[in-house]
Amino acid sequence: MSKTICLNELRPGQRATVRALRATGSMRRRLLDIGLVEDTEVECLGRSPAGDPSAFFIRGAVIAIRAADGADILLAEEAWD
Amino acid sequence: MGLTRDATGAGAVDGGLALRRESDADRVIALAGNPNVGKSTVFNGLTGLNQHTGNWPGKTVASAQGRCGTYLVVDLPGTYSLLAHSAEEEVARDFLCFGGADATVVVCDATCLERSLNLALQVRELTGRVVVCVNLMDEAGRKGVRVDLDALSRGLGVPVVGTVARKKRELQKLVRAVDGVLAAPAAPPLRIRYPGAVEEALAVLEPVAAEKAAGRLPARWLALRLLDEDGGLRAAAEDYLGGELRTDENWNAAIARARAILRERGISSDRLKDLIVSSLVLAAEELANDCVRCEHTGYSDADRAIDRVLTGKWVGYPVMLALLAFLFWLTIVGANFLSDLLAVPLFRVQALLTALFTALHAPDWLHGVLVLGAYRVLAWVVSVMLPPMAIFFPLFTLLEDAGYLPRVAYNLDRPFQKCAACGKQALTMAMGFGCNAAGVVGCRIIDSPRERLLAILTNSMVPCNGRFPTLLTLLTVFFVTGAQGPLASLQAALLLTGVIVLGVGMTFAATRLLSATVLKGAPSSFTLELPPYRRPQLGRVLIRSVLDRTIFVLGRAAAVAAPAGALLWLAANVEIGGMSLLAHGATVLDPFARLLGLDGVILMAFLFGFPANEIVLPIIVMAYTAQGTLASLGGMAELHGLLLANGWTAVTALCTVFFCLLHWPCSTTLLTIRKETGSWGWTALACVLPAAFGMALCSLTACAARLIGLL
Repeated sequence: MSKTICLNELRPGQRATVRALRATGSMRRRLLDIGLVEDTEVECLGRSPAGDPSAFFIRGAVIAIRAADGADILLAEEAWD
Repeated sequence: MGLTRDATGAGAVDGGLALRRESDADRVIALAGNPNVGKSTVFNGLTGLNQHTGNWPGKTVASAQGRCGTYLVVDLPGTYSLLAHSAEEEVARDFLCFGGADATVVVCDATCLERSLNLALQVRELTGRVVVCVNLMDEAGRKGVRVDLDALSRGLGVPVVGTVARKKRELQKLVRAVDGVLAAPAAPPLRIRYPGAVEEALAVLEPVAAEKAAGRLPARWLALRLLDEDGGLRAAAEDYLGGELRTDENWNAAIARARAILRERGISSDRLKDLIVSSLVLAAEELANDCVRCEHTGYSDADRAIDRVLTGKWVGYPVMLALLAFLFWLTIVGANFLSDLLAVPLFRVQALLTALFTALHAPDWLHGVLVLGAYRVLAWVVSVMLPPMAIFFPLFTLLEDAGYLPRVAYNLDRPFQKCAACGKQALTMAMGFGCNAAGVVGCRIIDSPRERLLAILTNSMVPCNGRFPTLLTLLTVFFVTGAQGPLASLQAALLLTGVIVLGVGMTFAATRLLSATVLKGAPSSFTLELPPYRRPQLGRVLIRSVLDRTIFVLGRAAAVAAPAGALLWLAANVEIGGMSLLAHGATVLDPFARLLGLDGVILMAFLFGFPANEIVLPIIVMAYTAQGTLASLGGMAELHGLLLANGWTAVTALCTVFFCLLHWPCSTTLLTIRKETGSWGWTALACVLPAAFGMALCSLTACAARLIGLL
């Protein structure tokens, strides 16, 4: 089993697949709604000028997620560029 | 198309979701879809109405209704799902389930079909009378995305129509498809495959649910929702089906058995919710794989390049300011030209009217009220206030159409987060530029009630379209010095940008203050969709928006400015005790106004301007000229002379600019706040807060000026 990282650790340009969501309640629902289910591929597109939030390419759409929320999204395996 | 006349001012206030049928034969068509898939554009195309559209998710916060032949079309708020996690989703779900829509049109985004399909599948689980409208086909084509509409139609079991709603093409085909769906028997609800244990539990529950629903709701859907322990829905369903489920023995036995099956397989209530959503997402993925062909996948290189400029680490903020200054510059150059063009004939008409009144031997007071009062203020609003409004608004709309506003929210989220607020507040702030009432309604896009209140209470700290001609004029007259032509316009644009930045800074300060006092709390979680950039519909936006603005301003000028002018002339000329009413009022207000670096007349103008901020400056001019110093007023030089003659200094102008930026919101905005918050208390705070900030800023400025001997 390789190392697990969180969404907020993904650097711009890197991709990885989602392993699990630690978020609960309404945030969990919202993340599922935008398609962040297991094995979904995400790509970090960049960060906002102030460093947070970051933009991610998820199932054909671009979604901005804050680092604090990204910490609850676990990614499987190593990220790749 | 951006903010339209219908979406600003009093039109911004939501009409609610009560159906407005004209006869019982009317069929109700619900429009459902994800945020920002062009749902409002489809709605406008079908109904010929003018609902606000723009390239950002969440701008349709109120549901709209309109007619299309014998159909009553209801535009539901944009949602990603019907699993009811938010107020909008609940509205949409309850309307589709129990609201009696005869058919549903699900609007999908061809460029991002997979995600749209999630909602389409959920609607299909619920009803068979569905037409799927795959919108933005042209955009998808340009991106190399091909959608196989026949395969999609087979997969969903309902008609699918591809549209380019922005061009109103093929909307007729959509209407015909709806006709067809209503004429034919409803297709059976779609069966999504759920994981084994869930299916087993459903197998137990479904027959009992079928008995209860008696054809009024799909059994499988009802069983699934009730298995999911959705309390709100159970109550609504019981209401709709007219019977208590909780007290029904058969039902209770079935649900206990179904839940036991889930428990045995180790599926908790949360796990069940996840399984349901994942199954839908995966079903959407599978369906999309079958009917979408992409030449290349991923985020487009062009959009990436634009992002690097608009949201780049070093250039993001400077570009934002530069864009704003550029818009102001264009506005100023255009407005100067238009103002000169309008002022000459308008004041020539005044001279003609005066001549006419004299020839008819009309009494002086009649000439005063109608010509020097009503007409002159009207002419002022039209010649000085209208041009900047009619130019800036469409330009801003272009930015909105292009998809820039969500990027502003993305850029500004961090500072808002520091104030324990939400980046979407930047979107509502931007709406406030157009109209604060519209901005306040727009605050519904913010999910957290605390953060929504923060945005509502601070919205009027960015100047609306009605206020910035005043800012612009005062800045130009008093602070653009020594420069000529384009350079002068540039100077004015930079000054105005500075004032806006100050307003935004005050918004941050007020937000911070509120979240440290009455609205304590941590920033909630946040997701913001950044839509692809679109080329704005240049010609249409400009023509529509200029016309809209012009009609809106002219309407208000006639309704508010002209009567105010007539009243004001009376106030300036009816004397009691050797002093006009106006002079009395100004004298009473004067001592307090002086503390703020203003004078009694200015403060009174702001009070009179409560119904419409664009009449503040005309009132000031009127009040000064009514005392008989000037017969007519054309260009900026004369205005400068008039204000100087009435004791204005640069400090007075600066304080007036500050007070214009920060004072009580207009009456329409306050009523909207009352409506949105449901509380007079919050409304009062929304009134007092910006006024307190403005008074503090003005009195500090006046004090500082006195200290260094400028006042």
